[in-house]
Amino acid sequence: MTSIFDQNGRSVACTVVHAQPNVVTQVKTVDSDGYDAIQLAYGEAKVKNTPQSMQGHFEKAKTAPKRKLVEFRDYDLSKNLGDLVSMDEIFAEGEKCSAIGTSKGKGFQGVVKRHKFEGVGQATHGQHNRLRAPGSIGASSYPSKVVKGMRMAGRMGGERVKIKNLRVQKLLPDQNLILIKGAIPGHNGSFIIIEK
Amino acid sequence: MDLIKLVHQQLNTQPTFPEFRSGDSIVVSYKIVEGVKERIQDFKGDVIQIKGSGAGKTFTVRKMSNGVGVERIFPFFSPHIVEVKVLKRGKVRRARLYYLRDLVGKKAKIKEKRTFN
Repeated sequence: MTSIFDQNGRSVACTVVHAQPNVVTQVKTVDSDGYDAIQLAYGEAKVKNTPQSMQGHFEKAKTAPKRKLVEFRDYDLSKNLGDLVSMDEIFAEGEKCSAIGTSKGKGFQGVVKRHKFEGVGQATHGQHNRLRAPGSIGASSYPSKVVKGMRMAGRMGGERVKIKNLRVQKLLPDQNLILIKGAIPGHNGSFIIIEK
Repeated sequence: MDLIKLVHQQLNTQPTFPEFRSGDSIVVSYKIVEGVKERIQDFKGDVIQIKGSGAGKTFTVRKMSNGVGVERIFPFFSPHIVEVKVLKRGKVRRARLYYLRDLVGKKAKIKEKRTFN
């Protein structure tokens, strides 16, 4: 992340996203697949690391092997196999967008961090070892079990997260950069999906 | 390829004002927008810290205004800064002059650095 100054002179915190043009690797239609979708590919992959079945798939679109494939359903793009989709065709400055990524892994976390429990309120008045504890997880002989979905400590982060209502602050088409206002999920250098 | 640096160099106006350090006495002229009207105001004081790097770099200027200490933090790359003038180079031994906050009067004065050229 970095910050830029907008035309009013205000500092705006932005995430810099490197968005090189994506290749259309497959066009799905209602007739052939039962639904409309477009499959885009991004990033460069080595041929030796690409399975032969995928090599054939990329050959159909007449493109080099790519690292990531993402399907977008019901997007009206009217593109053909092998066409390039660049970011300035889709986004304009000031528009809303959403970003999908894999959040940073947090490891095994307690309920206070993981589920925003508040712990036990007091540190004094005889309280001991309870400051970040979850408290009761249910009644006793009835129902004699813990209800499914009870929020407890465990692995946190490292999952697919979508952030909506982000704003495209600035586009730099020469460098293939998108500046999105605010933070987006994932660590530096990770792959993300930006959609309108 | 450092994209963050690239964005910072391309999109933020690079300052044209002279270099200064903490302890220096400076005047910052900055634009104030009130509705549709714009005017320029000066803030004169001592630089007490320069903080951060890249696009988030700021400097803090402290002055005494009617016996009350006033500090203002300016972003280095703010387009609202019109001009910075260095009045005096100060002789100080540290980078962050927080100790000035506890001092008043003559004790809060920074010695001028004498240079011969």
